[in-house]
Amino acid sequence: MTKPRSRTVKVNALARVEGEGALYVSIKGDAVQEVKFRIFEPPRFFEALLQGRLYSDAPDITARICGICPIAYMLGACQAMEDALGVVLPQPLQDLRRLIYCGEWIQSHVLHTYLLHAPDFLGYEDSIRLSHDYPGVVERALELKKTGNRIMEVVGGRAVHPVNLKVGGFYSVPRRQTVRELIEPLNWALEAALATVRLFAGFDFPDYRYDYTCVSLRQPEEYPITQGRLVSNRGLDIPIDQFTAHFSEEHVAHSNALHGRMNGGEAYLVGPIARYNNNFDTLSELARQSAREAGLEPVCDNPFQSIIVRAVETLYACEEALRLANAYEEPDAAAVEIVPHAGEGHGCTEAPRGICYHRYRLDEAGRIVEAQIVPPTSQNQKQIERDLWGVVEKNLDLAEDKLKWRCEQTIRNYDPCISCATHFLKLTLDRS
Amino acid sequence: MAIGKKPKLAVWKFSSCDGCQLSLLDCEDELLQLAASVEIAYFLEATRAQIRGPYDISLVEGSIATPEDVERICQVRRQSKKLITIGACATAGGIQALRNFKDVDQFIQAVYAHPHYIDTLATSTSIGNHVSVDFELRGCPIDKHQLLEVLSAFLNSRKPNVPRYSQCIECKQAGTVCVMVAQGIPCLGPVTQAGCGNLCPRCRRGCYGCFGPKETPNTASLSHWFEQLGMPPREIQHAYRSFNANAPEFRKESERYD
Ligand code: SF4
Ligand code: SF4
Repeated sequence: MTKPRSRTVKVNALARVEGEGALYVSIKGDAVQEVKFRIFEPPRFFEALLQGRLYSDAPDITARICGICPIAYMLGACQAMEDALGVVLPQPLQDLRRLIYCGEWIQSHVLHTYLLHAPDFLGYEDSIRLSHDYPGVVERALELKKTGNRIMEVVGGRAVHPVNLKVGGFYSVPRRQTVRELIEPLNWALEAALATVRLFAGFDFPDYRYDYTCVSLRQPEEYPITQGRLVSNRGLDIPIDQFTAHFSEEHVAHSNALHGRMNGGEAYLVGPIARYNNNFDTLSELARQSAREAGLEPVCDNPFQSIIVRAVETLYACEEALRLANAYEEPDAAAVEIVPHAGEGHGCTEAPRGICYHRYRLDEAGRIVEAQIVPPTSQNQKQIERDLWGVVEKNLDLAEDKLKWRCEQTIRNYDPCISCATHFLKLTLDRS
Repeated sequence: MAIGKKPKLAVWKFSSCDGCQLSLLDCEDELLQLAASVEIAYFLEATRAQIRGPYDISLVEGSIATPEDVERICQVRRQSKKLITIGACATAGGIQALRNFKDVDQFIQAVYAHPHYIDTLATSTSIGNHVSVDFELRGCPIDKHQLLEVLSAFLNSRKPNVPRYSQCIECKQAGTVCVMVAQGIPCLGPVTQAGCGNLCPRCRRGCYGCFGPKETPNTASLSHWFEQLGMPPREIQHAYRSFNANAPEFRKESERYD
């Protein structure tokens, strides 16, 4: 059979990503001509609709940018407002925030790895079909995810769009006993997470490597979740309030999500691989050891292995949650008192998909004059296009449907949260 | 539904945050059982397999916000025997309907450098504004137990047991202390539909109305109460203008404070 000289790969609605997007790849002979990763999630204009609202409205409103990672938005907004209003939370309330964020990492990573990404590696259309052959695996996934959700419910009152978080802390703090009840499921979850790392380590990973510019938060003593300085593996090390001086978003014609880039125009990577590469040394002993046993080096440059990195982070989040739940005592006050005034503030946390940056400017009454939110997926878009380019080039001999699936899998390496990126899939392969 | 064949379920997404669909995946204990009793024919967030319509039940998340959406929802309606909207976006237009109160061109300019790349409608509206809907499930996000109840009701051709009374009734039933009476915290509970399990009052927080208006809510009386609590008019307006801002009862009340 002679192959047509020119072809197009089209995925008109990409499945197993949260939100909507499309991919267009054009190939001429053996050369990739063009890669366009398009987001068609309709824009929802969050930055604009926050204008005129009180500072205290921002966490609940921005939560609705994404149902999978509401904590990232709520806490980014809270942090930025607290920065603007000169408020610092006492350690016990910060610990409670780290605990609920561990819950979000667990539920989001488990949803993505087991239910959305693993079927690609095992050749199934979805996890429900996968569950017919591997019932135990899917049941374990659902139970793990439930543990993450349970943390969100205990601390936040609800798994999707928690109600108990606010600028300054919480509306009420959970009872000691309720938090202690997380310990037993978390002990089970820790074992399940270890088994998960081993399971994913056995998958076949397509051969593709990239020398990424990794951007993440970093803290000297602990793996970054809720805060830190912004660092890269190329020597960047800045406080978060300098984000806009180093990163910008560009509006391209083919997408409703703004594309992130470094100010030199360079693409960069955020998310589990970036975080892991920049912070391997601050992972727990157990997480580092299980990463090594799974065949990961301290620097991972194969994006398909992101599924293992997510499993390692799930393991770490279970350990952290256990530590925090064991140490939990009810704080004296649920929140710090806030006196609104004019100011500007910045917030940045590690959402499951990577850094999520917020900036707000407030007037004297504490009303939002200007808002800027930079979600992780829009920052990764440019790098996703680079990876697709490289993956297609390496796989030109694959049959059409296989190549298409491989492209989808490449995008799913990023766990792209499309709703986030449009505040974000269709694949078109064009061979000519 | 043809005898001996599993009913076909489809899940559609319009402008939304995916939180309501996620509530379906969050039914960890019931998901595999549900998957065994229906054929999941279209659910992009969970599967790349797509089975052609017609569908017995369509769950629709999200609001109508682009010209393309308007056409797509009509196609979905034509292919669906029963159409159920899930969440505040699909039922009332969602938080993105705040644009209905402002000039959308200004919104686009506030977010995007090249406004001419953006194709959007001036408004974000509910599914029911465009096609007939068989059942509207409320919440931002929906409650998963209510979702399972509605699915099971439709699969068994019975009426869903989803009360339209207020949050207040739910608080009384659960013995939750009233935050407005006891602590003077403004609460939308008296005009908001029950169903969440009074999550906010249980955290000592006033309800912020994410389940939308109850049946025949007395919003004027509640606003009066808010005034007595010393709430400035603009805050009262904003209380009604959140996730269900475009629900007619809430919209009307907020417009009294223009
Ligand atoms: S109703 Fe709320 S939770 Fe549901 S999709 Fe819309 S924004 Fe998300
Ligand atoms: S109390 Fe009100 S705002 Fe809170 S979750 Fe329930 S319906 Fe939503």
